[in-house]
Amino acid sequence: MLRRGKSLETRQIYLLSYGGGMAKEGLTGSRIRERRAIAGLKQAELASKVGISASYLNLIEHNRRRIGGKLLLTIASTLGVEPSALTEGAEAALIANLRVAATDANMPNAEVDRAEEFAGRFPGWAEVLSAAHRRIGTLERTVEVLSDRLTLDPKLAASVHELLTTAAAIRSTASILADDKDITAEWRNRFHVNLDQDSRRLADTSKALVTYLDTQEGDNAARSVSSPQEEVEAFFEANNYSFQGIEDGNVVVADIISQAEQLSSVAARRIGTGILQQVAADARLVNLELLRTQVETVGMNPVALASHFKVPVPLILRRLGALPDLQAGIVVCDRSGSLLFRKSTTGFSIPRFGAVCPLWPIFDVLGNAGQVLRRRVVQSGRTDTEFECYAVAEPTKTTEYNKLPLMQATMLIVPLQSADKADHINADEIGSTCRVCSRAKCPARREPSILSEGF
Amino acid sequence: MGKRVLLVEDEPNIIEAITFLLSREGWKVESHTDGATAVERVNDLRPDLLMLDHMLPGKSGLDILIELRSDEQFAALPILMLTARGQMRDRAQAEAAGVSRFMTKPFSNTQVLAAVRDLMSL
Repeated sequence: MLRRGKSLETRQIYLLSYGGGMAKEGLTGSRIRERRAIAGLKQAELASKVGISASYLNLIEHNRRRIGGKLLLTIASTLGVEPSALTEGAEAALIANLRVAATDANMPNAEVDRAEEFAGRFPGWAEVLSAAHRRIGTLERTVEVLSDRLTLDPKLAASVHELLTTAAAIRSTASILADDKDITAEWRNRFHVNLDQDSRRLADTSKALVTYLDTQEGDNAARSVSSPQEEVEAFFEANNYSFQGIEDGNVVVADIISQAEQLSSVAARRIGTGILQQVAADARLVNLELLRTQVETVGMNPVALASHFKVPVPLILRRLGALPDLQAGIVVCDRSGSLLFRKSTTGFSIPRFGAVCPLWPIFDVLGNAGQVLRRRVVQSGRTDTEFECYAVAEPTKTTEYNKLPLMQATMLIVPLQSADKADHINADEIGSTCRVCSRAKCPARREPSILSEGF
Repeated sequence: MGKRVLLVEDEPNIIEAITFLLSREGWKVESHTDGATAVERVNDLRPDLLMLDHMLPGKSGLDILIELRSDEQFAALPILMLTARGQMRDRAQAEAAGVSRFMTKPFSNTQVLAAVRDLMSL
């Protein structure tokens, strides 16, 4: 919010001068929903207070109806906030980002609390600082991805190995030629030929490596596709993990897969088909609109929701993960701990390569099929966002005598809003993957972190 | 007769350079390029020092190292591992498996000679 004492006119000019460019009026409904939750009002209560139906407010809150004029002023007044707090979310985001930047820099709380004043007095500098902090976050994620890629991307690992091996041969051979004055002509000629071969190979390898890395420049660095699993992730991200045609039951999976330009390999199309078939099966059992309404009634309670819809808890977790307004992440793993499906949520890092942190709740349930685990977590070294995680495991195939069932575990990752933290439950500290986790003295650490050891 | 060094490495120009380098110092150098049959070669040759590349066709240097160390007769064989994989995890794995020395590419001739002299004097 702005400094107290500014006039409304000054405030509007101020917003236009530094906040206007970032305004996202399309998200006004989401802000109303957030503010209503903070005020502790149910949807029906707010609707009644402002004189509209609950269903209409529901549409507004899900950004399906535009809002402005008198109704906006009435809602703002009822919620006790400035109308601009609902329409100009960017300002709040700026201040929130400044607070995170200050916290990350270990500034004292008194200084952190002056973020709002700072943004008011030096809007330009505040923008620069905020943008720089976001950029650092982006670069850290890129380092994370590239570091993992160097370890586990077969193509990159092979290129780097070839490069270093050739460099070793050149270095050794050149040193012999330079240091040994008594070398015979035969050996000298052999080494000259070797040097020629190796220098050509080094040039070719370097060129190929640069070409490979060039394709991953900029924002694409963290998104370059090289495996079927990555193709599938790119496909789901491009569709925002939402398939309305499947939800409505009027589009078949095969049609979506055949038109998916991200799915270029046979393996990726097969994986994508399997996941979408499960989405279709889930959608037939639990309609998203009905689920949303039920969440409004009973709250975020997967067990109660599963009971209400008479479906298994893992299915409810998957459907909750498909609710756009929940902004939840979801991961599915098999008995080996390999992630089969991942949907990220802001502030919770899910590594694209390598083994994830063994402290994740999803691994706690693999040996206890049917047990539903609920744990609050925060990821080390990232934002202070806390997440409520719900995890459950279930057998994937029909049970057979004398054979352990193949298990699959599902974990829903729900970002907590400030109002949700009122219960003061302590969050367990977890990581993303050891290589980029800064948590000191972690009993689960498998390898040193590049954040502490350096490159 | 000079002590025998077995170099298991699949890069021919590195084999030539190291063979020249060590032969000049009086050591007898044999080379082998296939990971799958490297343990048999060690069994046949009984070298005084094994120089082992990490990435080999057929079987990795780490697996060869583990197999040799599980055999009592090679428990004390000095093994110098040469690798382009210099990451801490690879080093830790090799050390846990009983490597005598770990050297990352691109190494210098001085480093190689110093390591070989050091290991031969054990």
